[in-house]
Amino acid sequence: MSKLKYESPVIKKMNAGLMNKFGTRTEYQPLKHIDGVAVKDMIAKYGSPLFVLSERKMRNNYQAALRAFKTRYPKVQFAWSYKTHYNNAVCNVYHQEGSWAEVVSGFEYQKALKNGVPGNKIIFNGPDKSIDELNEAIKNDSLIHIDHFDELYTLIELSEKAVKKPRVAIRVNMDTGIYPLWDRFGFNYENGTAWNAITKIVASGKLNLVGLHCHIGTYMLAPWAYATAASKLCDLAWHAKNQLNNPVQYIDLGGGFPSANTLKGAYLPGSDTVPHIEEFAEAIASTIIAYGFKPDELPLLILESGRALIDDAGYLLGTILANKRLSDGRRATILDFGVNMLFTSFWYDHKISPAQDFTHHSEDQVLYGPLCMNIDVIRESVNLPLLNKGDQVVVHKVGAYNMTQWMQFIAMRPNVIMIDMKGETHLIRQKETLQYLEMPEEMPLHLKEFKL
Amino acid sequence: MKLKKNIATSESGFVFNPSSGDSFSLNIIGAEILLQMKESKSSDEIKKDILNRYEVDKSLLEKDWDDFMAQLKDNNLLEF
Repeated sequence: MSKLKYESPVIKKMNAGLMNKFGTRTEYQPLKHIDGVAVKDMIAKYGSPLFVLSERKMRNNYQAALRAFKTRYPKVQFAWSYKTHYNNAVCNVYHQEGSWAEVVSGFEYQKALKNGVPGNKIIFNGPDKSIDELNEAIKNDSLIHIDHFDELYTLIELSEKAVKKPRVAIRVNMDTGIYPLWDRFGFNYENGTAWNAITKIVASGKLNLVGLHCHIGTYMLAPWAYATAASKLCDLAWHAKNQLNNPVQYIDLGGGFPSANTLKGAYLPGSDTVPHIEEFAEAIASTIIAYGFKPDELPLLILESGRALIDDAGYLLGTILANKRLSDGRRATILDFGVNMLFTSFWYDHKISPAQDFTHHSEDQVLYGPLCMNIDVIRESVNLPLLNKGDQVVVHKVGAYNMTQWMQFIAMRPNVIMIDMKGETHLIRQKETLQYLEMPEEMPLHLKEFKL
Repeated sequence: MKLKKNIATSESGFVFNPSSGDSFSLNIIGAEILLQMKESKSSDEIKKDILNRYEVDKSLLEKDWDDFMAQLKDNNLLEF
């Protein structure tokens, strides 16, 4: 006779009083499969912890976002935000869908070129572009988004020797009614600096002003802020055309669209509060169309969305290492992944599901990572079923920023796999090894030997 | 470890402490342990029974046992 399934014994005091309006449970279903592939099989094959990306979800997200904008505005182009996730396999999913590349550093620029993105379809953003990087971007006819006057004057100097006239845009910062105001990037709209930069570019005759760019923030929850931003960029474009006779070809509204993750301290879960991408599309497209451009003079609308296109396509699978009880009686669960791998747990209360069946008993608990650091907390308080050592869990919506901001600290970075459209798994980044870690290290001769 | 004499327990896992008025709910294993404690079985007897019938190894049960007893003590259900 087979034995009964065991669960740790638990006792819970019943409190009389008001019902919790959010219910008493946070998780009702185990997540045993992702895109039809069993979680336990993936962990058995690739180890734990393990990042899993769904190609299907990425493509669906992209197509839904493109449809949201294209049904409202005639000329739309997405540019994949490399900093959000620059694994080449991931980038190529979006390039296959038609995305250009949006990069903020020299190595991201090289990655985009190596991935096969034509130079003239790479947008080069950010405050740090070296002389060599700028020269290469000019040679490749890339779209250089100028961040500050020092860069503007450098480009004018470089253009003297360049064969091609650099194609540039300026990044504009502005008050859109939201806090914080990201005025550290680009030129300010309200105080006239942006207009000043535009006139300097046009007057120089050395640079080709082709676009205007802004990026008003991150995880933005206010579609109307994008309407304000679009209106201010349209105002600059309008004046550039009418006063300087320099019509711009595109307006780039950047990214910052949220995913459905729940921000720490939020009263309601992200899935209930985050506006749909359609609402952002409506705010932006209707503002530009209503501004007054002739139909054949409408600028191309560029979007650099990253998080909204990939966050919910990423999962982190992990295993319970241990349970313990803290001094105040709270249950603590130790996982085999920590903040070193799940950087976004500093910002989000990630949804976490058990990957196997469980009973209806649950307990409030703290989820810790395996690092010897007090800050290694994945969830300060979460109501989860009782998980035993060796049980597996799935963290949801981890596709954005984790696999670029992760830290090699105490533990090595784990395998990353992608599930393709047919349900096949592919290793897209191998887990790190000691050999990989020590590859760039050098040992001075006098330190090679010691006696203890 | 002995359960206080006046504690009322049910097979479904409901526990009532008449001296404090507190009520508790237990999961299946918790309920089984408490019922057997009420029958004055020794801790070794109870553990042996659970090991025989449930898919659990001795070390995990031992750890969980200590944790459960600490929870019962915290909730003022054990005799000193």
